[in-house]
Amino acid sequence: MAAPTTARPETPPASPFSLNEDQRAIQETAREFATERIAPHAVQWDQDKHFPVDVLREAGELGIGGVYIDERFGGSGLSRFDSALIFEALATGCPTISAYISIHNMVAWMIDAYGDDEQRQRWLPSLCSMERLGSYCLTEPEAGSDAGALQTRAVRDGDHYVVNGVKQFISGAGSSGVYVVMVRTGQEGPKGISTLVVDGDSEGISFGPEEHKMGWNAQPTRQVVFSDVRVPVANRLGEEGIGFRIAMAGLDGGRLSIGACSLGGAQAALDKSLDYVRERSAFGVKIGEFQTLQFKLADMATELEAARMLLWRAASALDAKASDATRLCAMAKRMATDNGFAVANEALQIHGGYGYLAEYGLEKIVRDLRVHQILEGTNEIMRLIISRGLLEQQS
Amino acid sequence: MNIVVLVKQVPDTWSERKLSDADHTLDRASADAVLDEINERAVEEALLAKEAQGGEVTVVCMGPERANEAIRKALSMGADSAVHVSDEALHGSDAVQTARTLAAAIGTLESVDLVIAGNESTDGRAGAVPAMVAELLGWPQLTYARKLDTDGQSVSIERESDAGVATVEANLPALVSVTEKINEPRYPSFKGIMAAKKKPVSTLSVADVGLSADEVGLGSAPTQVVSSAPAPPKEAGVKVTDEGEGGVQIVEFLSGQKLV
Repeated sequence: MAAPTTARPETPPASPFSLNEDQRAIQETAREFATERIAPHAVQWDQDKHFPVDVLREAGELGIGGVYIDERFGGSGLSRFDSALIFEALATGCPTISAYISIHNMVAWMIDAYGDDEQRQRWLPSLCSMERLGSYCLTEPEAGSDAGALQTRAVRDGDHYVVNGVKQFISGAGSSGVYVVMVRTGQEGPKGISTLVVDGDSEGISFGPEEHKMGWNAQPTRQVVFSDVRVPVANRLGEEGIGFRIAMAGLDGGRLSIGACSLGGAQAALDKSLDYVRERSAFGVKIGEFQTLQFKLADMATELEAARMLLWRAASALDAKASDATRLCAMAKRMATDNGFAVANEALQIHGGYGYLAEYGLEKIVRDLRVHQILEGTNEIMRLIISRGLLEQQS
Repeated sequence: MNIVVLVKQVPDTWSERKLSDADHTLDRASADAVLDEINERAVEEALLAKEAQGGEVTVVCMGPERANEAIRKALSMGADSAVHVSDEALHGSDAVQTARTLAAAIGTLESVDLVIAGNESTDGRAGAVPAMVAELLGWPQLTYARKLDTDGQSVSIERESDAGVATVEANLPALVSVTEKINEPRYPSFKGIMAAKKKPVSTLSVADVGLSADEVGLGSAPTQVVSSAPAPPKEAGVKVTDEGEGGVQIVEFLSGQKLV
């Protein structure tokens, strides 16, 4: 019963300062999911330290598990720019859940970008649907910012590697089915590192106790311990020795995602504040009438918008594979996570004593956003990357 | 089986809705426009039937150009194509004229087995259009469905009204209107959103569906809105001071309102 078709107007080209129709629809859908399925439970999940795997599976049906993964392998085939919109929107419901989903996406992306078709077919469909969750294992107890010094060893034995070592601060550890693990297969330093995909039910893999954390309580953070874990050589992504390159390539996108999660959390805190100052009275007037609060809110909105614009710029640069993408991503991560934390903290202040209570959800956002200034490269490392780029240009 | 879903773009229930002073029609500029929530459920039900029986889902919408956003939402959920009847002449059409236009638009499609509609829109709330469309098509109407089953030959629903629940059946083709209890609509997937813009949408004028401009619109509407006034502000409710008889008084109040 096909009806006669008429041409529809082409979507106008995206301006760097506005979104096209598709992007608005994607953002709106992610925001709706966050508002309806995540936000109502976020404080409870934080209090109970509950990792809502069922809700993640639901999110998988929307295509959130493989936002920028090839459609042939179950992904949504969107851009990094689109993913920044999605992770910000999800983070308005809960930054912790959004951040976990962004890590899961990075794991899938590493397999998509560096795996062969057989490997992609094997792991990506179930990761994209979030039927299986992914964890990323780079950091070790003795190797954080200096990731090139990692010590987890993979020794070749026939068609297998035998893996021994400990990975630290691993998001989703114990719940995930797929672990992308950076291991040392060769010499000391960055050039001796390779990347293996390890199934969560492999013999010899075990998990440390759940870390007690300031925030990010709605996702488990544990050590992953490898004791003589035999991993097929067929599970290696790319050649031996390119692991550090894969890790570095993942970081630009990872930084954008974490920045976007800070924007979303802070936006939710600002929105709560706007509601609060319109309702709360003091000295006979609504507190929104006080200029001190108006100015504070104006600054919060400005700081957030500035960070968002820089993040969008960095995301566009990453999509275009521009030569300054790494520096822009570092700038965006530094600014979005610092501004995001500051805005959330101001929002708590605006709420006064209520802001300090768990029930209002403000203190949770502040605790969640604090770690964004540390992970995916500390904000000091961001400054190192930015200044290195600057100084090289001068010489 | 081929399923048509009737959809309508309405002002967001959460925003302030106004009528224009000049002709008492909806002031569309004053509120955010969305796909009516009941239509999302109608689309969901059509998609479930398609997933079970195969076939195609076509969205039929009457509304101004802007209503293409509502159509897009339905397509991103998974509908296959759309017919958008959009014509200046339709402005101010009442329920009868709307039903005529929709029935005529359905008539431009081949071999439709089932039409699914929401039982009433959140803006006009006449709740009459689905029944009128069925009448004009000469098809059985199964209204107020809280559950729908079809095997491709016939359709069976649970019809819920104040009087109770009845199971009603009809052979296809037929029209079903659904209530908000029918299902929980899915979220569009990102792939669905990106695919939506590639799906065929045919935009038809009043003439294209075989009607003439003087049969539709405010000027020739069988019913006319004579006057309209904003809803009065909410007044304070009844206060019951509990002097030992509070519980009894509340029950008396509720039973007076026929709520218990």
